Amino acid sequence: MKWETVIGLEVHTQLATQSKIFSGSSTAFGAAPNTQASAVDIALPGVLPVLNRGAVECAIRFGLAVGATLNRVNVFDRKNYFYPDLPKGYQISQLAKPIVEHGTLKIAVDDAEKTIRITRAHLEEDAGKSLHEDFHGMTGIDLNRAGTPLLEIVSEPDMRSSAEAVAYARALHTLVSWIGICDGNMQEGSFRVDGTRREIKNLNSFRFLQQAIDYEIRWQIETLEDGGRIQQATVLFDPDTGATRMMRSKEEAHDYRYFPDPDLLPVKLDESWIEAVRAALPELPAAMQARFQKDYGVSAYDATVLTGSRALAAYFEAAAQKSGQPKLAANWVMGELSAALNKAELDIAASPVSAAQLGALIVRIQDGTLSGKLAKQVFEGLWEGAGEVDAIIEARGLKQMSDSGELEAIVDAVLAANQKSVEEFRAGKDKAFNALVGQVMKASHGRANPAQVNELLKAKLQ
Amino acid sequence: MFESSISTLAARLAAKDISSRELAQAWLDRIGALNPVINAFITVDADKTLAEAAAADAMRVAGTAGPLTGVPVAHKDIFCTEGWLTTCGSKMLHNFVAPYDAHVIQRFKAAGLPSLGKTNMDEFAMGSSNETSFYGAVKNPWDVARVPGGSSGGAAACVAARMAPAATGTDTGGSIRQPAAFTGITGLKPTYGLVSRYGMIAFASSLDQAGPMAKSAEDCALLLNVMTGFDPNDSTSLDRAKEDYTRDLDKPLAGVRVGLPREFFAAGLDGTVAAAVETAIGELKKLGAIPVDISLANSRLAIPVYYVLAPAEASSNLSRFDGVRYGHRATEYADLDDMYAKTRAQGFGAEVKRRILIGTYVLSHGYYDAYYVQAQKIRRLIADDFREAFKACDLILGPTTPGTAFRIGEISDDPVQMYLNDLYTIPANLAGLPGMSLPCGFDAQGLPIGLQLVGNYFDEARMLNVAHQYQRVTDWHTRRPEGLQ
Repeated sequence: MKWETVIGLEVHTQLATQSKIFSGSSTAFGAAPNTQASAVDIALPGVLPVLNRGAVECAIRFGLAVGATLNRVNVFDRKNYFYPDLPKGYQISQLAKPIVEHGTLKIAVDDAEKTIRITRAHLEEDAGKSLHEDFHGMTGIDLNRAGTPLLEIVSEPDMRSSAEAVAYARALHTLVSWIGICDGNMQEGSFRVDGTRREIKNLNSFRFLQQAIDYEIRWQIETLEDGGRIQQATVLFDPDTGATRMMRSKEEAHDYRYFPDPDLLPVKLDESWIEAVRAALPELPAAMQARFQKDYGVSAYDATVLTGSRALAAYFEAAAQKSGQPKLAANWVMGELSAALNKAELDIAASPVSAAQLGALIVRIQDGTLSGKLAKQVFEGLWEGAGEVDAIIEARGLKQMSDSGELEAIVDAVLAANQKSVEEFRAGKDKAFNALVGQVMKASHGRANPAQVNELLKAKLQ
Repeated sequence: MFESSISTLAARLAAKDISSRELAQAWLDRIGALNPVINAFITVDADKTLAEAAAADAMRVAGTAGPLTGVPVAHKDIFCTEGWLTTCGSKMLHNFVAPYDAHVIQRFKAAGLPSLGKTNMDEFAMGSSNETSFYGAVKNPWDVARVPGGSSGGAAACVAARMAPAATGTDTGGSIRQPAAFTGITGLKPTYGLVSRYGMIAFASSLDQAGPMAKSAEDCALLLNVMTGFDPNDSTSLDRAKEDYTRDLDKPLAGVRVGLPREFFAAGLDGTVAAAVETAIGELKKLGAIPVDISLANSRLAIPVYYVLAPAEASSNLSRFDGVRYGHRATEYADLDDMYAKTRAQGFGAEVKRRILIGTYVLSHGYYDAYYVQAQKIRRLIADDFREAFKACDLILGPTTPGTAFRIGEISDDPVQMYLNDLYTIPANLAGLPGMSLPCGFDAQGLPIGLQLVGNYFDEARMLNVAHQYQRVTDWHTRRPEGLQ
């Protein structure tokens, strides 16, 4: 029997607001436990929530970015359940009337484009954290995170492979960072992915997401082929084993007793607010990809890579414009620069080589001053902070040899010193020619223009 | 002095005829003498009260005194008060010292009104007799074998027994008006959203509203001036221009149309109460008011609707009392669920548990549409009835309660009978309208009878005008229980 994989994802995006969704406490990560929890966050008797307008604006921005319907009137509900890190005994969320519905997001897997539908995105508050280690049979409660604004983004079950799921999660991750509503930090839990139906928890990296889905696909197919049935359940991904294990089945699921929160009025979005947010939106990744293909002639794949973040895209555009060589700029950004950044674990924003410097480097390749190989040496100089492109070329003597007299002297010397190779070449051994080119390049300390060397050698050996 | 109106006390303070400290001490002494009998206060802290009174005197010296600076008042134990035990009448909060002031308390402090202490109440404001308090029943000063009503029973009793010049109360289904009626005082529940709920321990958020309880409509108007005002910490607080609620007190009543809802004078109403209300209508007619026959047909559904919606909200509001962060926690338990179960079983009384169970039930999957959603629809119909009625009248008038104060223990085992006490008061809460109760006579046992006024939205000034004009020509509100010296 042939099985079809059907995947939908729920993504919790922590919104990059200064303060919490219903109180004035800071949302900064990493503070000492319970130092960023106010009377409202710890749910003292009598306290009341007040909605953070900034969080609503983040949701509007997201809705506009995925071409969704923004519900002009949306409502906060209470989701009731008991847990020690849920101070009120209910979470304020949106059930029946979420702020965002019916959006779409384009993904590309192996150059095939696909549109994933976004069912809804709703605002809610995060809970605190329960810490079970270090407390010897007790549980520590840290309420710093309680009340942090989240946007829960729910997709339709439109994905058919783990690769598509990862592509969707990546595209979403790029988008929420792009429009400035989330810092995208998965380790700190700013961006959390869960599956639906078989709800898989604890997927805090794209690699875990892929591993967990692949495991579930295999496990579900095996179970079904063995005559078993798939129970609707919440499972936990264990990164150490690469397997998922049962947390709770649907039968044990809570009755959350949702009802509209009487402490909060329905949220009304007026058109002028929406239009102001729309006007302030940056050019979105999809539009920019199309423009890069059209204006700079880069491939669809390259355009996707180059719009991996706003900073990367801006870097590429600056380098492309400075050099006037967009394709070369694209190759350098995705090749040498990305490799160096990855190796050094640096973000593009922290790149030691500026876009202007990379552009200037590309200009020197284009005008023949540098060969590709020399250019890499200059790039290393730039990376080390040795100065500007031309100064490095000058200081390190990396200029490609343009004086044909100087080169001719080197060629003559090499031919004289390598009579054996000359004879072999004349006897029909093409390989010997390459050896001679190598010798010339070596003698010129790499500064010779390889094309010129070829030309000269051929002329001398005729 | 204990019979003085707030404006008289304020005038004496302004004339430096007496200091706030002296006033506070006199009231504290009276509380000390009477509280063992009445049980109106849960917490009295003379040091704190006198310190606040001294601060009020300092304001007067500094020239920063307001119109009521120095007049002491009592606060219902539902308001969080920084540094004071704040129990909400429950074992669950028997050890909870609030670390912050409710907005209402902040306003009283800013205006320089010292607190005489925290008054007794039905547990979490759930009750109509003050018998559900963890701190014991409050006695009605008119007959200590009877209840003072509830849930603001301590507040009502302390004003009636002249243990405080005035008090704050809260009203979710009649908790200011019904005890005011039972104790012969004047109490007002404002339009929903006029007084901030921040720091007022929530019972049913969409219905709860704080208001003043005092000896007269004039005193209530003065206190309302202190209590109201926009609060950005309460999303349901209304951002309106500040009003002076005393502005219309002296307006003549000629031409004021007073709506008499047929349904409030029907079966179930005690004959003596009906007669007293009829007499009051006669007085108002003499003052120029015009009675108008109106109908509030859907108000017969007010009690069932209320006992779906209020418990639904309460079941969720009371979830925070879980023993994790503050308040009571069971000392012995097997695991987390057991800790929750034991803590809540021990911390909550029977009536609170009953309402949590009802609320949990009506919000449950499969019942939500049949109960909660249906109740919200009827709530809308009840509000529509009022809207229609106010086209024909300026004010609605009727009895506050079907009868007078009952005996302690008389109906405490019959929740439905208890709930019927709020038959006439609940509709105003469901509609969010302002309402008040003022004394209009006594029954054969010498127990006070309450007259209820319900105004249109934000029409507190007119309601107070009618009540004040009535109190100018009657003396029911000046009567005090005999035998309490």
